[in-house]
Amino acid sequence: MILVWLILIPFIGGLLCWQAETWGDRAPRWIALVTMLFVLVISLGLWITGDFALPGEGTRHWLLEWRAPWIPRFGIEIHLAMDGLSLILVALTGFLGALAVLCSWHEIAHRVGFFHLNLLFILGGVVGVFLALDLFLFFLFWEMMLVPMYFLIALWGHSGSHGQTRIRAATRFFIYTQASGLLMLVAIIALVFVHYSNTGELSFSYDTLRGTDVPEALAPWLMLGFFVAFAVKLPVVPFHGWLPDAHAQAPTAGSVDLAGILLKTAAYGILRFALPLFPEESQAFAPVAMTLGLVGIIYGAVLACGQQDIKRLIAYTSISHMGFVLIALYSGSELAIQGAIILMVAHAFSSAGLFILSGQLYERIHTRDMRIMGGLWGRIPVLPGFTLCFVAASLGMPATANFVGEFMVLFGTFPSAPVVVVIASVGLVLAAIYSLLLMQRVHYGPEYRSGGLRGPDLREYGMMLALLVLTLFVGLYPQPILDITTPIAGPAAELFQQAPTELANRAGEVN
Amino acid sequence: MMALPVILSFLLPLAGTLILAFSAGRLGPKASSVIGVGSVGMAALATAWTVVNHTGGSEGITLWTWMSVGNFQPTIGLAVDNLALVMMSVITGVGFLIHLFAAWYMTGEEGITRFYAWMNLFVFSMMLLVLGDNLLLLFLGWEGVGLCSYGLIGYYYQGSANGWAAFKAFVVTRIGDVFLALGLFLMFMELGTLDIATVLARAPELWQPGSTTANLAALLVLGGALGKSAQVPLHTWLPDAMAGPTPVSALIHAATMVTAGVYLIARLNGLFLLAPGVLLLVGVIGAVSLLLAAFAALAQTDIKRVLAYSTMSQIGYMFLALGVGAFDAAIFHLVTHAFFKALLFLSAGAVIISCHHEQDMTRLGGLWRKLPVAYGGFIVGGAALVALPLVSAGFFSKDEILWQAMAADQIGLLSVGLLAAVLTGIYTVRLILGTFHGEPGSDHARHPEPGTNPVTHHLPLVVLAVLSTFIGAWIYPGLHGLFPQAPGDTTETGHTLLQVLAMGAAIAGLLIGAWLFHWQRDWLSARTRGGVGAVLWRFWHHGWGFDALFDRLLVRPWQWSVRMLRVDLINLMMNLPAVLAKAFNAGLVRSQNGRVRSYALVMVFGAAAILLTLALLPGGAA
Repeated sequence: MILVWLILIPFIGGLLCWQAETWGDRAPRWIALVTMLFVLVISLGLWITGDFALPGEGTRHWLLEWRAPWIPRFGIEIHLAMDGLSLILVALTGFLGALAVLCSWHEIAHRVGFFHLNLLFILGGVVGVFLALDLFLFFLFWEMMLVPMYFLIALWGHSGSHGQTRIRAATRFFIYTQASGLLMLVAIIALVFVHYSNTGELSFSYDTLRGTDVPEALAPWLMLGFFVAFAVKLPVVPFHGWLPDAHAQAPTAGSVDLAGILLKTAAYGILRFALPLFPEESQAFAPVAMTLGLVGIIYGAVLACGQQDIKRLIAYTSISHMGFVLIALYSGSELAIQGAIILMVAHAFSSAGLFILSGQLYERIHTRDMRIMGGLWGRIPVLPGFTLCFVAASLGMPATANFVGEFMVLFGTFPSAPVVVVIASVGLVLAAIYSLLLMQRVHYGPEYRSGGLRGPDLREYGMMLALLVLTLFVGLYPQPILDITTPIAGPAAELFQQAPTELANRAGEVN
Repeated sequence: MMALPVILSFLLPLAGTLILAFSAGRLGPKASSVIGVGSVGMAALATAWTVVNHTGGSEGITLWTWMSVGNFQPTIGLAVDNLALVMMSVITGVGFLIHLFAAWYMTGEEGITRFYAWMNLFVFSMMLLVLGDNLLLLFLGWEGVGLCSYGLIGYYYQGSANGWAAFKAFVVTRIGDVFLALGLFLMFMELGTLDIATVLARAPELWQPGSTTANLAALLVLGGALGKSAQVPLHTWLPDAMAGPTPVSALIHAATMVTAGVYLIARLNGLFLLAPGVLLLVGVIGAVSLLLAAFAALAQTDIKRVLAYSTMSQIGYMFLALGVGAFDAAIFHLVTHAFFKALLFLSAGAVIISCHHEQDMTRLGGLWRKLPVAYGGFIVGGAALVALPLVSAGFFSKDEILWQAMAADQIGLLSVGLLAAVLTGIYTVRLILGTFHGEPGSDHARHPEPGTNPVTHHLPLVVLAVLSTFIGAWIYPGLHGLFPQAPGDTTETGHTLLQVLAMGAAIAGLLIGAWLFHWQRDWLSARTRGGVGAVLWRFWHHGWGFDALFDRLLVRPWQWSVRMLRVDLINLMMNLPAVLAKAFNAGLVRSQNGRVRSYALVMVFGAAAILLTLALLPGGAA
């Protein structure tokens, strides 16, 4: 029942925020904050009390499971389950949700109640995605994240740098994700019908569908249906077009949620659904996926260097970082998959930190254009130091979580696909270039305008410090996360174990 | 062995950083200096305590397991042996003196808290680099010192150029670091561990000497070392790195960080012995850097840039020593170089501050009476740099390197080493004459304000000056048990001859320098104004044109591709469906124009087209 509450709490909190608007602007903020902290505390409680021992042979072990019939006619049920991976991501959702509320404390001034309704509905949808095991339910939550995000960008966003309206960015985001989501729906229904024609049983259940014997001609297409949906969200080049606009034009809270959590639903989806449902097809697809990951790493980095809008720069770096995750997911190495999970968490921290910082800069100098920044080191106390810390994290400085993630990915992938790792390592140099370019343009050089600006207040300082401490903690002692994800990463890697040498050969050929 | 002093020796500087960073400007300059200098001073005491406690051999302390997945289990673990102790002593000892001098140098600058926070963080990272018992922790220190170097080169953030110099330093060394990282991936895949002792034990068991894997691993590690130690071709960042405050140059870009590459290769000596070709390449690259940098140093007017090229050149000696398998000689020169180069940089710093931030030799001169302490520092440091026979520390370490090269029968490397010794003499004389003798070139040089503080100004210079004499060579303990036997350890044939040669080279350099820059000054300056002399001067002044080369080869193509891709071409392609739909829509909208005439026309043509198609289809209309 606790799983149901994890999903319901944000939705109830959202409705409360909406109604509480009549009591003033502060009420929705506090309600939203308490709601997300509630989610965080519950998931941390589960983390501490949970038993994450390796599952026995053959039986899939869930930390918590809850199921109830929903539409029995079609074999659809409300089936929620949590293992280490979902637990980490739910906890992350709670934490970043609280940060999202905090960082819009002063930024959002109109329709505060409705804003928080949307924010919490997104987060509720995300928690649902991380917990749903019934494919229909998963799809429902997957789509449920989109609508409030659309409103968040359309109603509270900023206009873009090239005269693009925020409505346009929101529409773009919606079309991309909606269209790809439909592909996934088709793939889900096709899978269900294949299973029905094989066994005569109509079911959307993950466990039931996992073993489905899909005709050889159809399987790659179904796998692609899932993959494209996740690839758009991750995003994988060339499906990334929605991301820079959406990130740049969303309010800070929207960017934090997008980069921190929404992108992770895609990696989660690949790990939970695309790989286990279609192991052989995925393995055959691995060289392509890795190549796409490489393209993402390099392409995202090159584009990040060319941006003038600070939030667009950070958005493109996300594409680059997610390239590492994609490579790891298809590497068939436990070490790399664990690294990908760490990198997901690390990227959530570092990109959230950078987005919150650029939001704080915007509140002070009212621009996101880096051409008219410069010399801010002398004008704002403390914030440049924090920027440098998160920039260092983003370029993979050791002792930050990003380093642990990236290097585990590279160490793990190297034996099976050395060429991929060599090319991906170029991304490490490029990461240094775009990260320090941001530093150089914003904080170094002569002051574009003179005059001191106010330093961070307690709220801003606290957010930054919390993110930084977590980044360093995971960077120096990632074991708490690694311990509870071992039961997921191990089997996910074993999916590929049948022919590792073949994979290596193919990956070598493709590149 | 007690673990406490070892842990204190790197934790104290970290504590200093944390206190300074979180003070958020509440600490005044005085308090910041006390914390910054004090933490490193106490770290030096902790190091001394460690040295006293050390009972020999290699002793390990594992703090915790960093991460553990399968057999990937790097630890936060330290290994203390004689090599680590020597490095620790240099880092905290010389580091403390430099920190102390910085208290004088930085007086009146804004952001002293930030300065010391970075400096302490640097000492912390450098200590981890030399203490780490596995390659991943070493890599943590390795990257950490790079970040601190970045922060300190860009310390004067108002100047764009300083920021770009910091940027360049970080990116160029990062290129080397990626090679090192690839080396780690390869070693972990092949050997299944990153623990340094285990790597060195397993590598000879699993790899044939000269095998491809061994060569590749050694090459990748060498790539990392080249970046950090500013050797050709990844050296271009070092001269620009002089944009930072002078104590930074002394600590990071002379005494410690730039020698990390030497430490790395010496630490992984077993790996390089399995790859003799790569080891020779180390020596050749060292010799090339040695010579190129010595010529470039001849044509600089900024005293810090002279010293920067000189550093690169001296590290070339260390690489040369590594290349002939004389690891101990390389570390010996590393230590004496840390003493005398720190002294030279700090003396240069004393000149720069006394002359109100003037560091161009053409605008200095005639200072020797007015700045006696700095002058003394330059004389003693310069003597060590040119390896003045018998009295200077540099003589003993450089002689050892040349002797090992001779004993290894590397006549090519030996002659480069001797030639560079002559050049070293020449540029050192030029540096000292240009700075302290002749006519003052500006008002700043005419009215210098000498440093007077006995503790923060005189003491570091005097102590370093003492260490730069034969005393510095004498206190070096030697690391014979730690490294495989060097070629010159077993024989003494020809050593005396070589010593005579080396002395001759040093003295010849001094004499030529004095002749050129004292007696033939006018003739020389006429030569550099036109003809071949001017071309050479420009060429060397710009460091053999490496910057221009890389600019054409890498920077511009990169900038071009960034500009080309800025509009996000792939995304534009993805917009194609939308564009097509819009075009189709526009076409249809045009067709619906409300004129009956055109509708009738289209209908007639349409009907005709359909009928025609049906008629012409084979067997269709029948």
